Order: sequence, then C-alpha cells, then structure tokens
Amino acid sequence: MADREFGFATRTVHAGCRPDPTTGARALPIYQSTSFVFEDAEAAASYFNLQEYGNTYSRIVNPTVAAFEERVANLDGGVGAVAFASGLAAQSAAFFTLLQPGDHVVSSSALYGGTITQLKHFLGKLSVGLDFVDPDDPDAWKAALTPDTKLLFAETIGNPGGNILDIEKVAAIARQHDTPLMIDNTFATPYLCKPLDWGADIVVYSATKFLGGHGTSLGGVVVDSGDFNWSNGRFPVVADPSPAYHGLSFHDTFGFYGYLTKLRAETLRDLGAALSPFNAFLLAQGIETLPLRMRQHVANARAVAAFLESDDRVGRVSYPGLASSPYRELVRKYLPEGPSSVFCFDLPGGREHGVRFIEALTLFSHLANVGDAKSLVIHPASTTHRQLGDAELSAAGIGPGTIRLSIGLEDADDLIWDIERGLAALEDTN
Amino acid sequence: MNIERYQDPKVIRQTLTRRRVAIVGLSGNELRASNFVGRYLLRNGYDVTPVNPREEFILGRKSYASLTDIPDPIDTVDVFRQPSAVPAIASEAVAIGAGCLWLQYGVISFEGAEIAEKAGLNVVMDCCMKVEHARYLGRMHWLGFNTGRISAVRDS
Repeated sequence: MADREFGFATRTVHAGCRPDPTTGARALPIYQSTSFVFEDAEAAASYFNLQEYGNTYSRIVNPTVAAFEERVANLDGGVGAVAFASGLAAQSAAFFTLLQPGDHVVSSSALYGGTITQLKHFLGKLSVGLDFVDPDDPDAWKAALTPDTKLLFAETIGNPGGNILDIEKVAAIARQHDTPLMIDNTFATPYLCKPLDWGADIVVYSATKFLGGHGTSLGGVVVDSGDFNWSNGRFPVVADPSPAYHGLSFHDTFGFYGYLTKLRAETLRDLGAALSPFNAFLLAQGIETLPLRMRQHVANARAVAAFLESDDRVGRVSYPGLASSPYRELVRKYLPEGPSSVFCFDLPGGREHGVRFIEALTLFSHLANVGDAKSLVIHPASTTHRQLGDAELSAAGIGPGTIRLSIGLEDADDLIWDIERGLAALEDTN
Repeated sequence: MNIERYQDPKVIRQTLTRRRVAIVGLSGNELRASNFVGRYLLRNGYDVTPVNPREEFILGRKSYASLTDIPDPIDTVDVFRQPSAVPAIASEAVAIGAGCLWLQYGVISFEGAEIAEKAGLNVVMDCCMKVEHARYLGRMHWLGFNTGRISAVRDS
C-alpha cells in the first residue's frame, strides 16, 4: 500500500491525518460545521447516492471524525471504521446493521454491565434472542449456537473479571457457523491486541477509555476487517437490496466496504448518534500517545496488582498479568505486552468493607469510568453492574466485596501508598 | 499464485495517471458496482468507454460489443466479468495495444494475467479502480476508510 510498512507508533501519530490540503494545518483541524457546500448539483446527488466520497452532513460524515476513524482502522488493520457518540452507540449500531428480529446472539457472560443490559433488554425488545456463555469454555460457545445465531460477541479482556478470550478458538467456531465474531477491544486497545489478526470480523471500542485516554470525551468506533462474506445466504439484512437505500445491495456493490457503508449510510443516519468533531479531535490526539500510555498503564498495574496479591488483607486479585493468573498462557499469546490496567480484587469483608475502602482513598478517583490517565476506583456491585442479579454478577466475576481499579499514569508508589491507607482503614474499625 | 504480485502500488499509481479506460462488463444498472465505478471515473476526469454488447449507451457513452470494436486508443482495460472470460479479454487487450489489464475485486485469473504480462502489459488484480483512485488521488479518507497513506507532505 505504502512504499514502507510504517510501525505502530508512527501510525498512531500520522494515520488519518495528512497536512490539510487547503491550509497546510499540521494538527488535525476541527471542522466544526454541520454541513458542507456541494460543488454542483451532480456532486450533491452522487454523494447521497454513495457514488462519490463527499462531505454532506455531519450526522453522517465529518472530516475531523473521519480522521479519527481512519486512525483507529489503520491501527487495527481494518478496511475502515465508523465512529459514534459513545461506545454503546457504536455497539448498538454494529448490532442493528447485521441483526433483524428473530436472529440470535451468543455472547460471553463476562462483559461490561451496560453491554449485558444492552444485549439482554434492548436487543430483546427488538425480538433478538440471546444466550450468555462462559467465555472460557469453547464447548459452551458451540452448544449455544442455533440456526438463527447471527453473531458471537465477547470482550478481549472481560470487564471487570479479567477473563482473556481465546480469540482464535472462538473465531474458528464462528467461522464454521458462517457467523461473524465481534470483539469489544476497549481495554486492550490495538496497541496491546489486534483481534482482527486472530480471526475476529468486527471490533468495537468505547474510545472514551484508553484510546482517548484522558477521561475528557465520550466516543465509540466500529472497525471492520472487510473479510466476512455477508452474501453467504444468512445475512439478507446486509446482502439483499435495501428498501432503506433505494434498493442498493451494500455487500454486492461495495464488496468488503459493504458492511461499513451500510453502517454509516443507513444505521448512523437513522440512529443519529454521531460523534462531535471536537470529541473526535480529542480522541485522535489521545491516540498519538497510545503506545507510551499503554506501556505505563501496564507497568503501574503490574506493580499495584503485585502489591495487592502480597497483602493478607486482600482476597483474590484478578489481574491477568499476574504469574498466578489462570489466563497466563492466553495473556502470553494475545497480550504479550500486558493485559491493560483495569482489574478487580476482593475484600473478604464484603459490601461494607468495599465502601469503607473506597472512602479512605484520596488519590484514586471514585467514579464510573476506566482507562483514564488518572487512577480510578469503583464498587461494581453497587454502581456499574447494579442492574444485574446475583447470578449475572457472579457470572461476570463480581462479588459483593469486589473493587475495580483502573490504574492510571501516576507514580506507582503513590498509588500503592493510597491503597495501603484504604486497607488500613478496614483494620482500624474492625 | 500470489495476487499481491499484481497489487504493486507503483503500478497502480502509474496506471491511474492514464485517462483512457475501457470498462468491460460495465452495467447500465445504476445499482451495480461497475456502474458506480464508471460514473466515478467519468466524474474524476477519465475518458470511459463501455464494453457491453447488450447496451447501446451507458452513462451517456457509446457502448461497444468488444474491445476490438473500439476505434480509439485505450490505456487501461478494466474488467468486471467472470474470471473464465478474462483470458479472451486479456488477448484482446494485447491486440488493441492497451497499457494495463485491471481486474476488479473477485475477478481473479492468473491465466489472463499471464497473457497480458507476457505481452508487456501491466496487470492489476483483485483491486477496484475507484477505490485505488480514491485512496491515492481522491477522498476515500473522508468516509473513514483506511487508505494506508502516511505522509507529512502537503498535497498540491
């Protein structure tokens, strides 16, 4: 494609953003404009007919958003990407584009609580069936497949239990069933793992987290490998002439750009959850330091997890980067530079100790987010996973005394100092 | 059999500078991929000649039954046909003195490619002229597609 295969770090800084041809601006310009003037009437028609690549209206396309999209697609090795206002908006749209009523989804049970709710209740309302499976058990994935199964879904690193998916194995199961595998790669980012390289078909992100990296901006993005054969007879919703786009057959006409073109021209158009140009700028800028940040996130997480594991007051520590982790081999294969920096540990004192621990911390921020430069802490059972019943909680690897940490970029010693104070607060009042 | 041999960026960029393109298998149906490509190339300054025996005019241009019926010189023969039809098309491309045989997505014929190559033509296989033009000279990046282009040089 290029005269040279540039490295990952080079691409985090350059992909999607060449100098602005009109002004020469070197940084990514923020095209804060709802709409774009057409050159002439024929150009206008050809843009809306998808016959030419053109800017029309920022709910569907925007040059700043496009730079962010191309950057993520490039880093993941996809044919392209479509960005959305949030990670959940990206997932909704990715689902909508390939599912229809009567279809069935097989999903890992070890997911972000918001995704579990989205799959179960939101897709349920649209008459899409669902089975959750233990992601670590390949036989469970196989057993859950039905003739109507049109999607397999999982997270690279389960939130918050830290399950590591055997992507290659699950991708093979999906392929045998002529079904795409969609992976939420939010925690790993393409720096630590590229699911498309292991046979996944579609990757989704909450860019709000490590991609943006600073807790400033919501955003989501869908990346497609372009490799899935939507014309295999099982996906009329993608392959057949679309009544919502004057009879266009997206896969036949656009080939491996078909799914993304439908995702943008139909689903984003209709759901309306467009990413703002300003957020796209901040997210694209965040990606420029992704390799540096992820290396430090991992180094700090390793130090904090090792400290917790060595402390008698702490129960199970679920960081998959620990030598004691059952996911050690999978980490070595899929995340050789480390399994990111979000993980859990259990306080044997349960819910009450969980609350007391968090209230004693002064450097960790108590809030509902992950993947920030600042270290974060939360008690999932009472917050992010509050809508789940006990069985679902336990399937997601969460107990009443489970604390989730998102380790930031501070000095690791300072983070350990803060945690030490939190643990001391449990002893004081025991 | 290595398709990448026929996807050389230098050959692709060089071919895109040649303006006279015959599209074999160009459809008059506005919803077909070939029609999208033909319209796009016309809009972007290419001189497009349809080759389709079933139509008289496509995209406002006179359509010919075969490459050898075209009275004017052709630089690039762009093919939207079954792979089995390619060897015969390749021989015609050689006969009319074309510079490049370009086979669209899925039009994979090593036999056809060899015929053209032996006669000194450039060959591009399993690529789309519209996509490659949009990647190097156009606006593919406006739709969030991965152009693979990394450069700090300002486009003129």
